[in-house]
Amino acid sequence: MIRVDEKGFYGNFGGAYIPEMLHPNIEELRENYESIVASEEFQKEFQLLLRDFVGRPTPLYFANRLSEKFGAKIYLKREDLCHTGAHKVNNTVGQIILAKKLGKKRIIAETGAGQHGVATATVCALMGMDCTVYMGELDIERQKPNVERMKILGAKVVPATSGSRTLKDATNEAMRQWINNPVDTHYIIGSVVGPHPYPEMVARFQSVISEEMKWQLKEKEGRENPDLVIACVGGGSNAAGAFYHYYNTPEVRLIAAEAAGLGVSSGKSAATTILGTPGILHGSKTILMQTEDGQVVEPHSISAGLDYPGIGPVHAHLHEIGRAEFVAVEDEDAMKAGILLSRTEGIIPAIETAHAIHALNMIEYRKDDVIVINLSGRGDKDLETYIKWGGY
Amino acid sequence: MNRIHYLFNNKKDRVLSIYFTAGFPHLEDTLPVMEAIQAGGADIIEIGVPYSDPIADGPTIQDSNKIALDNGMSMRKLFEQLKGFRAKIHIPVVLMGYLNPIIQFGMEDFCKKCKEVGIDGLILPDLPMQQYLDEYKSVFEEYGLVNTFLISPQTSEKRIREIDENTDGFIYMVSSHSITGAKSGISEEQIAYFKRVQEMNLKNPRLIGFGISDAETFSIASTYSHGAIIGSAFIKKIKESQNQSQDIQDYIQSVIR
Repeated sequence: MIRVDEKGFYGNFGGAYIPEMLHPNIEELRENYESIVASEEFQKEFQLLLRDFVGRPTPLYFANRLSEKFGAKIYLKREDLCHTGAHKVNNTVGQIILAKKLGKKRIIAETGAGQHGVATATVCALMGMDCTVYMGELDIERQKPNVERMKILGAKVVPATSGSRTLKDATNEAMRQWINNPVDTHYIIGSVVGPHPYPEMVARFQSVISEEMKWQLKEKEGRENPDLVIACVGGGSNAAGAFYHYYNTPEVRLIAAEAAGLGVSSGKSAATTILGTPGILHGSKTILMQTEDGQVVEPHSISAGLDYPGIGPVHAHLHEIGRAEFVAVEDEDAMKAGILLSRTEGIIPAIETAHAIHALNMIEYRKDDVIVINLSGRGDKDLETYIKWGGY
Repeated sequence: MNRIHYLFNNKKDRVLSIYFTAGFPHLEDTLPVMEAIQAGGADIIEIGVPYSDPIADGPTIQDSNKIALDNGMSMRKLFEQLKGFRAKIHIPVVLMGYLNPIIQFGMEDFCKKCKEVGIDGLILPDLPMQQYLDEYKSVFEEYGLVNTFLISPQTSEKRIREIDENTDGFIYMVSSHSITGAKSGISEEQIAYFKRVQEMNLKNPRLIGFGISDAETFSIASTYSHGAIIGSAFIKKIKESQNQSQDIQDYIQSVIR
């Protein structure tokens, strides 16, 4: 049975390894979030916003030409059609309502590709809350449109200038700022990472993805369970959402596409499950890329959203017990898969998502298997990277 | 007797602990800096084990961590440097570090090494109390290491009592809601917090850290506790220093005068 235990562990991974200064915040969250999220009042507001603001349910789209090409029945779960262009907003809508119920006045967040930052800035605007987003300096350069979107929405974007100047460092900075402002501030973590209860809380808010997949597939295929679900994994929030209601259905294969960067052995990679070992990152025990001395290694991926040296503890667990199959997709292959999807289905995907598309080339499946790919985000934010790459 | 216990048995007031990052500003500075801290008259040396992702530290200590790592500092290197330091250093020495490098080294091996070289205690900010009690307490005790917990203005009275119950060295009072090196000076609000904890009559001595930088802040902290810890301000001093040993001694003297 895959689920989090009362100490916040999935098997050997998870927990809350945080400085004592954050203990009251984490306790407050842990003690209150389940009852708040379970309350009728919360659910009413959450469901309404998911429907009317986010635009849920998102379609489960049968990708005709892609299916023909790969000889399987491929469905795309269209999270790219969510308001703000990616699945990230499912979680921020949930957390902003929670923050309000906890009486918080200010929101902080980290962001990699900027999708979570935009989704956070969006819900803060919606609720009239003060918003500061920490973003790696390098990511600010490569995701300019999202930086401007956050600013238009009224958020402050603060560059993280330490380390690799990417998602890991933005997360460090957000945690530091939370330590500095513990009373009135809620930290909206964007992925299934961080100290307990964040990984499970974020996964739950994202679980609407697989919840919808089940009834949508039932309508279209007469069965709730596909043969395979494919999703890309950086921290792993879209994958957690797409896998959630299938964790304990072993006949559904779960495929997680990590970023291999320039190649797994190139030294420029973010393929955590291959290159990583157990350790502690951002408050939880997980698999992370590190030196023998326990220093965190700076990852590389062409996609800012996958450029992270760890994975959420639930994915570390799924990997350890062999419940999910992990593939590592190189930058170049992901870019080509992005072009392929653009030309076969008329959808330009986010580069993160393009990794999941390429996974089709790396796994075995039977003819006519039903495959759902979680199309986690659209590619508008990545135009500059597509243009720079130029291979189209 | 553990040197930390011995110290607090004999000194109840104005205890000064100095933090610095191992291998900073130069790889081989670790021991000379320790000697200078002792010569200057500080009571405890807190050696920071550098880490790539120090989430409880502000820019100054982040920077010293990065420089130390770039210099080639590592856990193994640190233990090599510390071999034999007890021939020269007689005051208590504690290691402050994040959990991940220690877990990679192996907690038991780490504790064993600490005992071998003569370390008296540990401060591991991201080791939660429950985890310590469940997994590591017996190892710490086996190797005679005193564990120090942090508390902050947000820590509840109940939790402070639990922490007091589960340590026997000293309690590290984070002076404000902050990471290291974030603020300077001491506010009314902070003093109210110092007094509140002082009146709890804890069994363990308390040292106040974060925001202590000079004679004035050290004296205020000492009024409400057993002393204080200086970190970022000290790191800034040695980063700029041309005459390291003398500057360290002068600085410490200026604080405790």
